[in-house]
Amino acid sequence: MYGAYIPKKPKRVLILGSGALQIGQAGEFDYSGSQCIKAMREEHVYTVLINPNIATIQTSEGFADKIYLAAVTPEFVERVIAKEEIDAILLSFGGQTALNCGVELDKLGVYDKYNVRVLGTPLTAIRDTEDRQLFKDRLAEIDVKTARSFAANNIEEGREAVKKIGLPVMLRGAFSLGGKGSAVVRTEEEVETALKRAFAAVPQVLVEEYLAGWKEVEYEVVRDFRDSCITVCNMENFDPMGIHTGESIVVAPSQTLNDEEYHVLRTIAIKVVRHLGIVGECNIQYALDPFSTDYRVIEVNARLSRSSALASKATGYPLAYVAAKLALGYTLPEIPNGITRRTTAFFEPALDYLVCKFPRWDLTKFKGASMKIGSEMKSVGEVMAIGRTFPEVIQKATRMLDIGVHGVDPEKFVREDLDTALSEPTPLRVFHIAKALKEGYTVERIHELTRIDRWFLHALSNIVDMYKRLDGCKAEGRIDADTMRRAKELGFSDAGMSIATGINHKKIRRDRIELGITPHIAKIDTLAAEFPAETNYLYSTYHATAHESPTTRKKKILVLGSGCYRIGSSVEFDWCCVNAAKAAEELGYETIMLNYNPETVSTDYDVCDKLIFDEVSYESVLDVWDKEQPDGVIVSMGGQVPNNLALRLAKDGVKILGTSAEDIDRAEDRSKFSALLDELGVDQPRWTHLTDISKVDEMVAELGGFPILVRPSYVLSGAAMSVAHEKHELVRILERAKAVSSDHPVVLTAFETNAREVEIDAVADNGEIVLWAISEHIEDAGVHSGDATLMLPPQSISIPTIHKARGIAAELAKALKITGPFNVQMLAKKGAVRVIECNLRASRSLPFVSKVTGNNFVSEATRRMLGVRKPVTNHALDLAYVGAKVPMFSFPRLVGADPLLGVEMASTGEVGCFGDDANEALMHSLLATGFRYPKKGVLLSLGPVSDKYSFTEEAKVLAEIGLPIYATPGTAEMLASVNVKCIELSKQEGAEGSAMDIIDQGKVDLVINVPRSYDDQGRPDGYLIRRRAVDAELPLITDLMLARALVEAIRARRDSTSLRILSWDEYLDRKPMALR
Amino acid sequence: MKLILEDGTELSGDSFGAHRSVAGEVVFNTSMTGYIETLTDPSYRGQILVLTYPLIGNYGVPPDREAGAMNRPFESNEIQVMGLVVQNYVDHHSHHASRRSLAEWLKSQNIPLLSGIDTRRLTQKLREKGTMRGWVVAGGNVDWEKKNADRVDMRKEVFELVAPKETVTHDGKGAHILLVDAGCKDNICRSLLERGAKVTRAPYHADIVALAQEADGVLLGNGPGDPKDLSELIAKVRELLGTYSKPMMGVCLGNQILALAAGGDTGPLKYGHRSVNQPVQDLLTRRCYITSQNHGYHVLDESLPDDWEPWFVNLNDGTNEGVRHRSKPFFSVQFHPEASPGPQDTAYLFDDYLRLVAAVRS
Repeated sequence: MYGAYIPKKPKRVLILGSGALQIGQAGEFDYSGSQCIKAMREEHVYTVLINPNIATIQTSEGFADKIYLAAVTPEFVERVIAKEEIDAILLSFGGQTALNCGVELDKLGVYDKYNVRVLGTPLTAIRDTEDRQLFKDRLAEIDVKTARSFAANNIEEGREAVKKIGLPVMLRGAFSLGGKGSAVVRTEEEVETALKRAFAAVPQVLVEEYLAGWKEVEYEVVRDFRDSCITVCNMENFDPMGIHTGESIVVAPSQTLNDEEYHVLRTIAIKVVRHLGIVGECNIQYALDPFSTDYRVIEVNARLSRSSALASKATGYPLAYVAAKLALGYTLPEIPNGITRRTTAFFEPALDYLVCKFPRWDLTKFKGASMKIGSEMKSVGEVMAIGRTFPEVIQKATRMLDIGVHGVDPEKFVREDLDTALSEPTPLRVFHIAKALKEGYTVERIHELTRIDRWFLHALSNIVDMYKRLDGCKAEGRIDADTMRRAKELGFSDAGMSIATGINHKKIRRDRIELGITPHIAKIDTLAAEFPAETNYLYSTYHATAHESPTTRKKKILVLGSGCYRIGSSVEFDWCCVNAAKAAEELGYETIMLNYNPETVSTDYDVCDKLIFDEVSYESVLDVWDKEQPDGVIVSMGGQVPNNLALRLAKDGVKILGTSAEDIDRAEDRSKFSALLDELGVDQPRWTHLTDISKVDEMVAELGGFPILVRPSYVLSGAAMSVAHEKHELVRILERAKAVSSDHPVVLTAFETNAREVEIDAVADNGEIVLWAISEHIEDAGVHSGDATLMLPPQSISIPTIHKARGIAAELAKALKITGPFNVQMLAKKGAVRVIECNLRASRSLPFVSKVTGNNFVSEATRRMLGVRKPVTNHALDLAYVGAKVPMFSFPRLVGADPLLGVEMASTGEVGCFGDDANEALMHSLLATGFRYPKKGVLLSLGPVSDKYSFTEEAKVLAEIGLPIYATPGTAEMLASVNVKCIELSKQEGAEGSAMDIIDQGKVDLVINVPRSYDDQGRPDGYLIRRRAVDAELPLITDLMLARALVEAIRARRDSTSLRILSWDEYLDRKPMALR
Repeated sequence: MKLILEDGTELSGDSFGAHRSVAGEVVFNTSMTGYIETLTDPSYRGQILVLTYPLIGNYGVPPDREAGAMNRPFESNEIQVMGLVVQNYVDHHSHHASRRSLAEWLKSQNIPLLSGIDTRRLTQKLREKGTMRGWVVAGGNVDWEKKNADRVDMRKEVFELVAPKETVTHDGKGAHILLVDAGCKDNICRSLLERGAKVTRAPYHADIVALAQEADGVLLGNGPGDPKDLSELIAKVRELLGTYSKPMMGVCLGNQILALAAGGDTGPLKYGHRSVNQPVQDLLTRRCYITSQNHGYHVLDESLPDDWEPWFVNLNDGTNEGVRHRSKPFFSVQFHPEASPGPQDTAYLFDDYLRLVAAVRS
């Protein structure tokens, strides 16, 4: 009866992806999905993936057998099920998007209709965990405590529930991700707005007792269908209850729980998971009373999650891979442990280190967004630091955030109102705590203000004490051996010590190495050295006393990863790094990956020969370079973080592969680059240096007046890039830009209006282009390229323009002696082509152009950098289809932020879809970002007169389709003049029949609001309409060109049934007619 | 302060506990929590304990027990180890139950604490070389310190130190269990009491054959050292195996004693099991459990007589984790179902055992 079990394997499995990256749902699902596909392939199961996120690893060749770049919606999924003759589906690898879609499909009876099995956790268990009331009831059945709460299905019920529980209460949304719709409500006044907001986002809200100050602890649990059950990892939040776990600093394993607490919660976790019948992986969250062993179960996520990705990286236990195997019917002891290769998946990792996760926020990028953090997720990425003390890991983590700090520096973000800074959490609170400690606040006092456990605060005070000790070294001009060693053990970087002591960091490094104080490479082996393990998963620490990973004599390369996800740098660079490593591996190189982002595939220990999970900084790269002695370092695949290190590393003797560091600098340094363009005779917008703020007037005159674009050097995603429309604004921007980077000059450029923007992505070899592709933005120049809608091949620019652009790219490649990837952004206006910028590294659009053209630009670039030259066929223009790349915004999560596009990037993710023509590709892409075909009505509020009139044809189309049009007064006037019927609305907040009213009443399901101009603030009334639309989760278009393209697409493709569902290879297989 | 191993390894660190020299076998444990339970576990008597997890002391130590009490988190009335070696001792403890730091507690019982050692590296060494003798050396004159370091004889003295002085009975309404104590953790006793049993806790050298007749069942507890050094106890258990018809259960050392008494053999493990994350599988049901373990010796499966069979197996290295008699109610496990520290997955074994005892009794 207990013989070897052979699971009944499905034949054709459909995996639902998570779609575009957004706040609350990021790259971790690329990691879990990729692992899942890998597990399925090992079992020879035919895999079909639906995921519109074109920048992911999982949507690449060599993963799923069939890839559909389409929205993960019930309709499209059903069509894929029918077309591909799917017999089983996996719902738990694509985050909340996949789970919700999966539940919906069940309601629609799709699984029964097509006889599709849901693998892994059964749908009943998913419902038990997602529906708040069911969840409570199920746990009550086994005497497990949940927070006292009532589920409410509408605002009225919500009010009742608040009364019953009594303030303060916690609101939690059902079926949501990242705590959307949740809030802590403390006063009567807040009740109404909080409920309104919550119900706009989710259909059901749980009103719950607020467990302020309780510890927040999580366990990752795995169970197989035979009921073997383990907890892979537990984690403790630095921030107590009230701050979403995605917004919390988190440590693993827990630090302040004793053995009894640890195991009581572990036992409950297993009991709950067994009772719910989870098969695979899930996460359980607890609140734990700091004064007793009393607890509440907060929630169970019956799917792979951000926490599970973190737990995988924290322990080396491949949760997603194991969950996939369990879904196929394997049991835990039948699955081998990939790290030790001697043991099985049925074990619980023991850590002999700890990790610290730190979220990365980009709140300052959003005008008007609140800086407070709380029960809703707002962070856009996270980092994980590994070490052996809390000070060590938190200091590493703060550096990894890439926010310009060298550790938990008390003087970095000083605020006057220290008490408020402590009691009201913001992204910078840990620095305020450090400052408070330095100012003499006791741990007790800080604990009262923050409710953070004293254990963490004491650990932080060790850091602050070291700052004081280092300050004492100032006078002597040197750091003694003991201080140096202790500082390193507390996680200080050379640069951090340099700031604290005023001693040059290079001297510190020299002295340190002379003293024999160097880091060592330690292994993560899942068993804390109890058994021997053949692992390649490594980190560096000053607490280790010997290197564990032997340095080989093979030819090898080091790939520098992209670091933490943030606006402007996300999964696309991970795709580039992984592909670069794979290409190098194919050429016989040993590959070493250096990266620290737990949400990535590149930090999967399977990807490279060695994974060093550590900082990507000048100091750490030099340390790895010294130890490993690779043949070269790839800095061009991880975005701006590694790219910025190129010049400094090269000066210290590190061999940079591909384009030389000096040439990278010539392109990055705005001033040098502009000079180069002049030298080459390549046209560019008029520009000038910032030399002296007092000479502003002269400079403006030189550029031909306003508007003016201000651009600092070495920036990604337009950080600190702004448009100035008048003098005061310009001066203000200049002062801010100077603060961003004092080392590099600021350039002022004439801001071109009504120009097209095109981008060339290319690979060159010794200055010769070997691969290229050209994309066109739908929006006019002025919208950041990361927020723009890209079309490949271009749809409206002329052939001479394409030729000119191509010629410029070739000239630049030659002049900069490029070997490797590069990207040029250009303006096209009236036959002229002007260069805006050029990056000698992989760009954000590289996965998109690679997948649309079918040429892997990264692999080719890597081969060229390694000196391998094989001829390639290039399809830059002759494609028998169109690809569209559309940004994904997360404005609903950023309370108060103005959802307006500008020169600074605001999108958190993107999708890329295909179509027979531009209309189909655009509609597919928009649907994949959550857009819905309008059915009820359209609200039009168009800015300048010229904009109003250039929309007349489109307005007529909307009227023809039969959509009621609502318009603000100016727009209504225009519509009347061209005989389009509309309902005029007031812009006045509170006025009856105002635009905001119509949105609230749900009379419109598409809002087109084009602001008067891209000024810094946006007009206040426009802001209200935009914000209200976003809060009501309505599709919002704020760019005129995009609005026009959208209406045209709606006209051509009236509804989603008119959109074809074709797989990626079906498009690529179309033989293009050569346009030579 | 230094740790010196018999292979000549010398590691320096900072002294936080009692500043004195001790000698003993150096063993490690990789569990991430549970230092209080581990330090008071009599199985560690005479040993220098290395905790691999790098942060130790986080949640401090609760006040000492009242006289006669048997409360958690303590597993006996005193710290059992000779000395403690950690990577980073954390003095600033934080926990609602904590009344003092780990160092204060260790000092109060005259136990040295050496911090600042790369315990991962040390664990690797101990894993590869097996248990080594070692010295925590407090003074500069190393040879003198080593010679005069406090130590425990591990063949005989160790059992005398950990076993109770006399037989004690804890009342309960349920079945009467004889708990044979050669260094038994308190939580085995608590586990029985919590389930309503009446427990007579007798030292291993008591007349357990006679005591067993008065009880409804026997439980052989855990303890330190090499099981073969307990030949008297083995002989008594052998006598019981021949005559006894009531359920008999063994835990850890008890597993080895039972196997030896049955005619089987034990031997040292290549890699000792010293952690709370040991996976085992029940060979009858195929179910798997995570268990808490601390042993350097194991039962040799192939040595078992015909009427005995292996019951549990370790999924990491395939070694024996429990044996059972094919027809009589005698069985034992190598791991610690009482946990403390560690996972509570196999606590059901106490329920099963008491159920069986009750069934046999009626």
